[in-house]
Amino acid sequence: MSHTILAWSVTIAQVFLAIAMALAALRMFRGPRAQDRVLALDTLYVNSMLLLMVFGMRTGKVIYFEASLVIGMLGFVATVALAKFLMRGEVIE
Amino acid sequence: MLPYPLLSASLVIMWLALNGFTPGHFILGCIVSVFASWGMAALRPVKPRLPKWYLLPKLVGIVLYDILRSNLAVASILLTGGRRKHKSGFITVPIELENPTALAVLAVVITSTPGTAWLEYNSLSKTVLIHVLDLVDEAEWQALIKTRYEALLMEIFK
Amino acid sequence: MNVIEHAGDLPAWAALAVSFFLVVGAGLTLTGTIGFARLPTFYERIHAPTLGTSWGTGGIVMASMIFFTVLATRPVVHEILIGIFVTVTTPVTLMLLARAALHRDRAEGNPEVPAEAPLEREAEGQPAAGD
Repeated sequence: MSHTILAWSVTIAQVFLAIAMALAALRMFRGPRAQDRVLALDTLYVNSMLLLMVFGMRTGKVIYFEASLVIGMLGFVATVALAKFLMRGEVIE
Repeated sequence: MLPYPLLSASLVIMWLALNGFTPGHFILGCIVSVFASWGMAALRPVKPRLPKWYLLPKLVGIVLYDILRSNLAVASILLTGGRRKHKSGFITVPIELENPTALAVLAVVITSTPGTAWLEYNSLSKTVLIHVLDLVDEAEWQALIKTRYEALLMEIFK
Repeated sequence: MNVIEHAGDLPAWAALAVSFFLVVGAGLTLTGTIGFARLPTFYERIHAPTLGTSWGTGGIVMASMIFFTVLATRPVVHEILIGIFVTVTTPVTLMLLARAALHRDRAEGNPEVPAEAPLEREAEGQPAAGD
């Protein structure tokens, strides 16, 4: 019984996170300005990180957690670089 | 050789925990941590002094509780969305803290709490620009930040 | 719905706790992203992802820690590292992005944004901004 609940909640969590990723992607396509798109990309990174962790719980493999750590670091570096670019790159001083 | 012993030790422990406790990884982790601490020393960060470090758990407790509370508040705002109109806005808060580490901790606390975002600190007028999602009363937010976080941080980093 | 195979001898209380934390964490993340898609201005939108990065991540990390600790299949290092990492990095990225947006809006002369305070020194104005 409790194991069925666990399996269902893992599935529900995966569906929730997938919808969240779709919404972030929607904002990334729609976002009126560049900073909206960068923020959407950052949200997308965090959501995919969480989704990989839920995958890791479903399969019990460590490799998913390592992948999620790497995605987190890539996301941080990418967002910082993009924010720096927005700050210095194309603004008319 | 080792300018930051605590940093090096935690790097070695992290390396071993991620890769397995073997002598080979211990040596590799030591080499990595020595180079990482040299890199850290090249950045010359200000060494923070924490005379009242035993107050830190209190700060962490307050912050975790506040984040949980504002999570629920912001979630209800987002879900009820169009029906209950919320008003967001910018507020300026005068800050007396000067220690850069204390300011950094305050910035992290305010930004990681949903509903408030730290925008910029002006070191000349000593004010902070903060954006609040559900702005009802500006004076209330200023008082909250000053009494709840700033007073405690002043005491910790004095 | 298949039962997860490798969770064979997980006691009932642990399964329920894991389910609770998973659904709460994922639900908070989803709520934050719904708000992110719906809110009208950038400065309001910047609050929405913090739901996912504070207790959204916290809930999923907690669920995973309970799951693998009770099963005792592996040490829970990655979860702790992910939790610390998300907590430390999210404010930095959000602050940098907010400052970039503020800078762009001021350069364009948008009226909704408060004006720059006079005589600002660049060098000391950014604690924890990752410079």
